[in-house]
Amino acid sequence: MDLNTIWFILIIALLTGYAILDGFDFGVGILHLFHKTDEERRISINSIGPLWDGNEVWLVVGGGALFAAFPEVYATVFSGFYNAFILLLMMLIFRGVAIEFRSKRESPKWRKGWDIFFSAGSLGAALLFGIAFGNLARGVPLDEKKNIISGFIDLLNPYSILVGLTAVSLLTLHGAIFLIMKTQGEMRERISRQIKKLIFVFISLYVITTIATFIYQPHLLEVFKNNIWLGIIPIATLLLVLNLPREIHFKREFKAFLSSSGTIALLISLVAIGLFPDLVYSNPNPQNSLNIYNSASSKGTLSIMLIIACIGAPLVMSYTIAVYWIFRGKTKLDKNSY
Amino acid sequence: MDEAVIFLSRLQFALTNIFHYFYPPFSIGLGVFLVISEGIYMKTKKLLWLQITRFWIKVFALTFTIGVATGIPMEFQFGTNWANYSRYVGDVFGSALAAEGIFAFFLESGFLAILVFGSGKVSPRFHYFSTIMVCLGAHFSAVWIVIANAWMQTPAGFEVVMGPNGMRAEIVDFWAMVFNPSSMIRLTHVIMGCWLAGAFFVLSVSAWYILKNKYTDFAKSSMKVALIIAVVISLLQMFVSGDKSAEIVHKYQPAKFAAMEGHWKTGAADMTIIGYIDESAGETKGIKIPGLTSFLIDFDASLPVIGLDSIPVNERPPLQITFQSYHIMISTGVTLILLSLLGCFLWWRGKLYSARYVLWMFVFSVFLPVIANTAGWITAEVGRQPWIVQGLMKTADGVSPNLSSDQLYFSNILFFILYLMLFIVFIYVLNNKIQHGPEPLDEIDTKSSLIKLPQRIREILDSKRRNKY
Ligand code: HDD
Ligand code: HEM
Ligand code: HEM
Repeated sequence: MDLNTIWFILIIALLTGYAILDGFDFGVGILHLFHKTDEERRISINSIGPLWDGNEVWLVVGGGALFAAFPEVYATVFSGFYNAFILLLMMLIFRGVAIEFRSKRESPKWRKGWDIFFSAGSLGAALLFGIAFGNLARGVPLDEKKNIISGFIDLLNPYSILVGLTAVSLLTLHGAIFLIMKTQGEMRERISRQIKKLIFVFISLYVITTIATFIYQPHLLEVFKNNIWLGIIPIATLLLVLNLPREIHFKREFKAFLSSSGTIALLISLVAIGLFPDLVYSNPNPQNSLNIYNSASSKGTLSIMLIIACIGAPLVMSYTIAVYWIFRGKTKLDKNSY
Repeated sequence: MDEAVIFLSRLQFALTNIFHYFYPPFSIGLGVFLVISEGIYMKTKKLLWLQITRFWIKVFALTFTIGVATGIPMEFQFGTNWANYSRYVGDVFGSALAAEGIFAFFLESGFLAILVFGSGKVSPRFHYFSTIMVCLGAHFSAVWIVIANAWMQTPAGFEVVMGPNGMRAEIVDFWAMVFNPSSMIRLTHVIMGCWLAGAFFVLSVSAWYILKNKYTDFAKSSMKVALIIAVVISLLQMFVSGDKSAEIVHKYQPAKFAAMEGHWKTGAADMTIIGYIDESAGETKGIKIPGLTSFLIDFDASLPVIGLDSIPVNERPPLQITFQSYHIMISTGVTLILLSLLGCFLWWRGKLYSARYVLWMFVFSVFLPVIANTAGWITAEVGRQPWIVQGLMKTADGVSPNLSSDQLYFSNILFFILYLMLFIVFIYVLNNKIQHGPEPLDEIDTKSSLIKLPQRIREILDSKRRNKY
């Protein structure tokens, strides 16, 4: 395996890590307005309180790593999706500051306002990430200079919106499962009931998206046709998705959480494998696509970065695990809480 | 290329970055203060110092959140607005940005959770360890980004080669890139600027409490620590680090240096204390000390310095902005020194807490480091124009080729409104926090249950401990 392929895998891994970790933050945010009392809303916010900031760093590192390893992709995607991306940044800002500001006053109006920002920011961010992902899966028109030649409206095509909605439903479900691990009593009962509906919505959207991909995105399927053994991955995805209702039924929350995390990871890898070796597939004019060779940094930089990653990863893993360990268990409110 | 796109991209970068940079200096500076105050608590076990630490942790968390929220757009702005720049220097610049994320932000955000929410869940020692880690993390974030910026001022360790889609800069020597001629000098200067921001923040709030006769024990103790930092660092900032920074600019960026000093004729350079540049007349008017600039560079008042007359008009940075912001930084720096010396003098005479005028000056002094920091960056960045990477790439060539001015109006207006709102809410919440004051001494609980490690590990640790004593 060459350096470029390793970096392709690492970037996808960072993206997946981000989707799983900040994904449950978004899910918690989307569900936030369904909790009615202030106490429940505080529990909802404090369940992710110590974690969301570290989760967001996955995005920052992903962005930096993409810049360093595949600068052409970094430049093309973010300038090409300009308006959508600016909106996404706004959503992330709203989400973050709302968590911090909400608890700073007792006034119900103040809190309600920030609750709405928190929830809308989470929903908007999840939707925009989904739509962007849908567009990358579908392919975007690139010119010879590797610039995206399409406007904001073109990004809102039916297929990408479908992917966006699927992403929202999956992350909401993921967040709900996280919440039942963190809550007790009545709140937990209610979320458990919501989960049943969420599973239904997600599975329906998942089926429709899969069918749409088969019909409209043949370029994603070629690898799988040529390498039948890769078929394990879509089958594993299906099994994991079907496993979700089962774990919920038997009240095995942690396993359910692992299943939804696995589902996110596998869905992203399916698209990544379908695109490989392209990072940005040009549709039409596939010859303009940005792949892991024509968009990459020099060998020197890729190897330096690999060394940095090898030093950094164990450190990052150790304190991530430490923090999740210290803040494990049911969320309880105390003086330090939001 | 559309001029409006270039102008608006620059405006957006400048505004979002200046706004971002309001917050990190406070985090970095308060980080140091927290390490000291919690350290004193760990040593003396006096509850007062725990109270001080807890209060500033709350403030720290607030500035940190906005620092993060405004940092995220910065991370992606090189891609959204400076696509051609990213394509050209990504190979070199990107790795510093990635290293920042891996080594700094993870460290900081992970341990921040323990700092803010962890007391009661971890032992006091582990909590103190987390404080140190957060402080380190904040400093690391400055390290990598300042290295990246320093590389843009004095590029080194790279070569320009044919990449897959055109010419670009590639790393040939990573360490030469990291230790480029200006990186360590700038880093020192930036970090000391941050410490000053933290110290004057603490001074300002403490002076306010003393004036209002509230929480006076809390305020007096905080004030002493902050005053010591302020006096030492403000002197170092000017006489060591500021002086060195100017030398390095003189050596590597003559056009910027000439603009900063308003120096027109190549030859011995005067120092203008206060004044303005008259561009049409080709001279700088104001109060001058002959030969002082030359003298400060090399202790030689007749040392020839390149003047603006040797620099073609299209290679000159915007003169007035560079000149004035540089002078604002220096006069603010001098004011900081005078203020902290005055504070120390009164402390020595035992009059610090009764000199109301001085205390009022301290209350407002919190704005000074912010002004100096911002003015310093404006000097550094505007003075580098028309280059985005000194001598290598022009700013106008760096922008994203596929943006329209409409898109930029959209994003500029959105950022402006959002940041204005954020700023107002930040001030409001911060004010609430300060008015509310620290938690009363008798409500502070120091109890904490240790993190529960799995039984087996605890047994092993216990047996080790028993063996030791
Ligand atoms: C509290 C903050 C603060 C204070 C009191 C000062 N500075 Fe400063 N200065 C900065 C904060 C700062 C900064 C924000 O950290 C900058 C911007 C870019 C950089 O590297 O540091 C900077 C840049 C900067 C530069 C430009 C470097 C470049 O363009 O490459 C010079 C020459 C000086 N400083 C010199 C001084 C002198 C002679 C001072 C005398 C009092 C001084 N600074 C006070
Ligand atoms: C160390 C990290 C930084 C990097 C890598 C960096 C990079 C850049 C880049 C790429 C530009 C070119 C865009 C332009 O010309 O507008 C720029 C300009 C600018 N930056 Fe920085 N910057 C950094 C820190 C800062 C900070 C902290 C501030 C403010 C407090 C700042 C203030 C500015 C300003 C005012 C300009 C505009 C110059 C002009 O357009 O005339 N920079 N910087
Ligand atoms: C163009 C330049 C810059 C970029 C791209 C940038 C990027 C970022 C990003 C992405 C974050 C959020 C990290 C998180 O999620 O935890 C952040 C926060 C932070 N940045 Fe910046 N930054 C820039 C300039 C600077 C400079 C010049 C400094 C210091 C000298 C600095 C110091 C910090 C610190 C300390 C934080 C943590 C938040 C805080 O303490 O307020 N940044 N920055």
